Amino acid sequence: MEMILLVLAMGAVTYLPRMAPLTLMQNAVMPQLIRSFFRFIPYAALGALIFPGILTSAGPERMPAAGIGALLAVGVALVSENVMLVVAAGIAGVFAANLLLY
Amino acid sequence: MPITAQTDSSTACTQVPKVTFFTGVKAGVPIAVGYAPIAMAFGLLAKSSGVPNEVSILMSLVVFAGASQFVGVNLLVLGTACWEIVLATFILNLRHFLMSAALSQRVERSITKPWLAAISFGITDETFTVASLRPEERLSKEFLLGLNLTAFAAWNIGTWIGLFLAQGLPEAVKASMGIALYAMFVGLLIPSVKKSRPALVIALVTMLAHGIMRVLPVTAELSTGWSIILATVGGALAGAIVYGEEGGGG
Repeated sequence: MEMILLVLAMGAVTYLPRMAPLTLMQNAVMPQLIRSFFRFIPYAALGALIFPGILTSAGPERMPAAGIGALLAVGVALVSENVMLVVAAGIAGVFAANLLLY
Repeated sequence: MPITAQTDSSTACTQVPKVTFFTGVKAGVPIAVGYAPIAMAFGLLAKSSGVPNEVSILMSLVVFAGASQFVGVNLLVLGTACWEIVLATFILNLRHFLMSAALSQRVERSITKPWLAAISFGITDETFTVASLRPEERLSKEFLLGLNLTAFAAWNIGTWIGLFLAQGLPEAVKASMGIALYAMFVGLLIPSVKKSRPALVIALVTMLAHGIMRVLPVTAELSTGWSIILATVGGALAGAIVYGEEGGGG
């Protein structure tokens, strides 16, 4: 029972920051600088999410494998907009590197 | 496409493809593929840590946030105080506040608050980036619901599989799947920064800044949640200041 309450509390503190801005700021008129700030959020967030996390995505001791997967994903993403293909390339790269290097 | 809004809006009248629930589901498929193995890993971890199945299932249903669920289970096993687990969850997921605020400027103005409250439950790093990099200037309720529900379904089905079926998943496969979501981020970022130089510069600058933050002794102490928030705010702020008018207009 205590665990159930804990999970519900975790859900509440996760939901609030997700919900408040979207429901309260939808029609807000914001200064140019703030609007510009929000337009850059996706690119900045993607940058921060990708790096350096991608390097440890195959486990902390397998950075070379993750690096090979990352390079392959970047290579495919440069020539194709198909996200599934990029994901497959990343996984295949790590899988192959794991087989060859370890 | 936020940064290239000017060029997009000029062609918007001639080609407005109908953005339906199904469009959202389709856009959510790569997310589902990335989520499934991670959710399975979560189910496996929770089960092997001795967390009751109903607690793990409930966690995927009401929290729906990958990293914080792993951390939650971890802290539970370590016997951490409940309020600390809740605080860690809050900090780890606070970045969604930024994403939700950014998304609030991209949703159709006609969507009612109850629908927005429902849609917002499904805001994750992945659904946010897929939604915000769409070419449409304003996103429809149907699209967002389709996108978020697809991700949510994959996360929960994956959790169940992890709890009940995936005990024997080979280690080699699991080790290779870790890169899936990162590769998806790469697949989303690269095509969009090819079209906008400011976006490219800001993405690279943020990567560099975040990389430095993880190495510098002062900032390496920060939790992942805080360092992602700080790097994102810093990068976007730099973009707004340097490129303000040209990049952010629209």
